[in-house]
Amino acid sequence: MSIQTQIDTKLTTLAPLMVEVVNESHMHSVPANSETHFKVTLVSERFAGLMRVKRHQLLYALLKEELEGPVHALALHLYTPVEWTARGGEIPDSPNCLGGGKSDGKH
Amino acid sequence: MSTTIESIEKQIGDNPILLYMKGSPQLPQCGFSAQTVQAVMSCGERFAFVNILDNPDIRAELPKYANWPTFPQLWINGELVGGCDIVVEMYQSGELEPLIKQAAQAAATDSE
Repeated sequence: MSIQTQIDTKLTTLAPLMVEVVNESHMHSVPANSETHFKVTLVSERFAGLMRVKRHQLLYALLKEELEGPVHALALHLYTPVEWTARGGEIPDSPNCLGGGKSDGKH
Repeated sequence: MSTTIESIEKQIGDNPILLYMKGSPQLPQCGFSAQTVQAVMSCGERFAFVNILDNPDIRAELPKYANWPTFPQLWINGELVGGCDIVVEMYQSGELEPLIKQAAQAAATDSE
């Protein structure tokens, strides 16, 4: 199973109204078809009343195994349905790589 | 000799606005650190930074201490505010600047 599918599967536990997992590894200096850099946009009622840090920590806990293993960077954009509607459903862009610490640890 | 965790606690305690990043504000080594430092700098206050590429111990220990697996990390008044996604979102929504200004002001009052 690809890492992308694995992430997708784990995120279903948050009962997302909308979820998009994008492999952004091609934007970084890693071999072709790598699964190292991901962006997740997820809309769920579960985030209501949770500060941003807590929302991210919820995802980090769910994806602990992936983050300790192959996944090097994980951009997260997490919204409640109300916030998502207010944004007009716009997904933010990720920055381009600047090449630092490319082969070793995490972002 | 102090442990890495003690150094981290001291850094976080001593610096009201502290950014753990890859590279320096002048020469960020990662797009996520670059975006974050840009948002923090545009708030116009002095801030401290730690280049985690030069500090492998902190790079290894801070994620566990903070319960936050990646860098950059922005800490304000001893609390983790977030990484690149959160800092940029707060900057765009206008929440970051008052938070940073308040922290800088409180620190200036303290040292008088």
